[in-house]
Amino acid sequence: MFSGFMVNAWTVASIVAVVAGLVGFFTVLRGTAFAAHAVPNGSFAGAAGAILLGVNTLVGLGVFSLLGALGIGWLGRRGRHDAVTALALVVMLALGSLFLSFSSEYAPEVFSLLFGEVLGISTNQVAPTAALALVCVAAIALLYRPLLLSSVLAELGEARGVSSFRMELCFLLVLALASTMTVPVVGAFLIFSLMIGAPAAARSFTNRPLVALGLSVAIALVTVWIAIAASYQTNYPVGFFVGSISALAYALGRLWAAWRRSRTVLTLTPRTDTAPPSTIVT
Amino acid sequence: MSLSSASLIASGFFANEAVHTAAVIGAVAALVCGTVGVFTVIRAQSFAAEALGDIASTGGSAAFLAGVGPLSGIVAVDVVAVAAMERIGVQRARGRDLATGIVLGAAFGCSSLLLYLDTTEHSTTGAVVTILFGSIFTIAHSTILPAALLSAAALALVALLYRPLLLSSVSAEIAAARGVRVRLVGACYLLALATAVSLAAITIGTILSTALLVGPAASALRFTRRPGQAIATAVAIGAGAVWLGVLLAYDSFYWPPHGTGWPVSFFVVALIFAVYLISGLPALVRRQSSGRRSAQLGEDRPGTA
Repeated sequence: MFSGFMVNAWTVASIVAVVAGLVGFFTVLRGTAFAAHAVPNGSFAGAAGAILLGVNTLVGLGVFSLLGALGIGWLGRRGRHDAVTALALVVMLALGSLFLSFSSEYAPEVFSLLFGEVLGISTNQVAPTAALALVCVAAIALLYRPLLLSSVLAELGEARGVSSFRMELCFLLVLALASTMTVPVVGAFLIFSLMIGAPAAARSFTNRPLVALGLSVAIALVTVWIAIAASYQTNYPVGFFVGSISALAYALGRLWAAWRRSRTVLTLTPRTDTAPPSTIVT
Repeated sequence: MSLSSASLIASGFFANEAVHTAAVIGAVAALVCGTVGVFTVIRAQSFAAEALGDIASTGGSAAFLAGVGPLSGIVAVDVVAVAAMERIGVQRARGRDLATGIVLGAAFGCSSLLLYLDTTEHSTTGAVVTILFGSIFTIAHSTILPAALLSAAALALVALLYRPLLLSSVSAEIAAARGVRVRLVGACYLLALATAVSLAAITIGTILSTALLVGPAASALRFTRRPGQAIATAVAIGAGAVWLGVLLAYDSFYWPPHGTGWPVSFFVVALIFAVYLISGLPALVRRQSSGRRSAQLGEDRPGTA
C-alpha cells in the first residue's frame, strides 16, 4: 500500500487535503458553499477543452476556473448572487458537454475528471500540485486577517477599510487556484465534499478561528487517508469514501454540538430554551 | 420562402417520433420549472436546485443499475435528499448553503460508487455521459405519462399554496406574523422543487438541470416584477429555449466536426444564458442614462462634482 505509485497518491492527496481544509474553512465561514461547488465543477469544462485541443489539462482547468471565478464575482455585483452562480456554472458545464461530444474517446476521461483518479497519479503531477498548493497557502496566510474580518463581520471590515467586494474577488481567485490543482486529483465533485464536510465539522467542535482552521485541515487529512486506504483495499472509487466520511464527520460534529448545548442549557440556564453562542458568528 | 424554411428545418423533423417526445417532455419540464423556478429565485435557493440536480445523477445511476427508467430513480432520491436538507436546516437562511452542501457532498460519494458499478457491471461507459448531460432524444415515449402526472401534482401543490408560499418567500417574518406555517410551506415548496428538478434532469441532464429551473426565472424576474407575469414569462422562455434547442440539435447532424450532431443540452443552456444576458440590458440602459443625467445635474451645481 505504501510502495511505488502509491507514494505519489499519498503525497498529492495529503497536499490536496491541506489546501481543501484551509480554503474550505473560509468557504464555510463566508457561506459561499455554492461558489466552492461551481468553480471546481465548471473548471471541468476547461479540462474537456484541453483534451480536445491536446494541451495540458492544468492549463484548461486554470483558464476555466479563473473565468468562472471572475464571472461569478463580476455578474454577482448586479444580479442575484445565487442565480448568477448557477448560470455561470451551467454555461461552463454546457461548454464542457459540447467539447466532450467533439472529442471521440471521452467516457473514462470524464469519469476521472468528475470523480477523481487519486490512485493513478504520476510522478510528474507531484511538482505542479505542490507549487500551486504553496501559492494557495501563501495567499491565505497573507490575506488571513482581512479575509477573516470581512467573512465574519463584513460591515466592520468595510469601516476598517477592507473592501468586501475586493475580498470576495481575492477569495474567489484563491478558490480558482485550489480548484485547478485539486480537480485532476480528486475530481470536480469530490473536492467539494472535502471543502465543506471537514471545515463544517471543525466548526461544530470549536469556536476559535485558528483552532478550527487547524482542526479542519486535520479532519480533511484523516478523511483522505482513510479514503485512500479503503479504496486501495476495496477497489471502489476513492470519491465514495471521501463523500461518506465527510458527511459522517459533519454528523459527529453536529451531535457533539447538540450534546454540549444540552449540557450547557441544563447547568447554566435551566428554564430557557435559548441556545448559547456556541459557534462562530456569521 | 420554402427554400429558407427547408434549410432551417431539416427534412423529417416533424415526422420524427423522438422529436415529438422531446417537444412534449420539454414543454412539460419548462412549465413546471418556470413556475417553481420563480419561487426558487425569489427565495434565493438556487444552490438547493443545483444540488438536487447533481443528486439526481445518483438516482439516475441507481435506476440504470437496477434496470428501471431513470425518472423513478431520480424522483425517489431527490425526495429523500430534500427531506435530509430540510432536517439539517435548509429553511434558515444562515445555514442554508451548508445544509445543502453536506447533503450534496454525501450524494456525490454515492453517485461515484453507483456510476462505477454501472460502468463495471454493464461495461457501457456511455451511461455516465447520458445520465450527467442527458439526451432528450433518448427519452422513451412511455415516460410522457408519468412525467405529465408528476408535473400536474407539482403544479397543483404550488397553486394550492400560491399566496402563503409567495408571502413566505418574500418575507418569512411577515408570513409568520400573519399565521402562515412557514416551515411547512417551505417543506412543500421543496417537494415541488424536487419534482421540477427531476423533470429538468431527464430533459437536459442531471448536472445541467439548474439551467432550466433558474435561468428562465431569473431572466423573467428582471423583465417584470409581478409574480404571475414572471411565471408566465419564465415558462415561455423555458419552452422556447427547449424547442429551439431541439430544432438546432436536429439540424446540427449536418454540422462539423463529425456529423454526429451537437448536444441538445448545450443549445438549451446557451439559449437560456443568452436570454439572461439580454434581460439585463433594459436595467443597464436605464442605469447609464440616469447616470448621465445625474452627471449633468452634478455639472450644473458647482461644488458637488
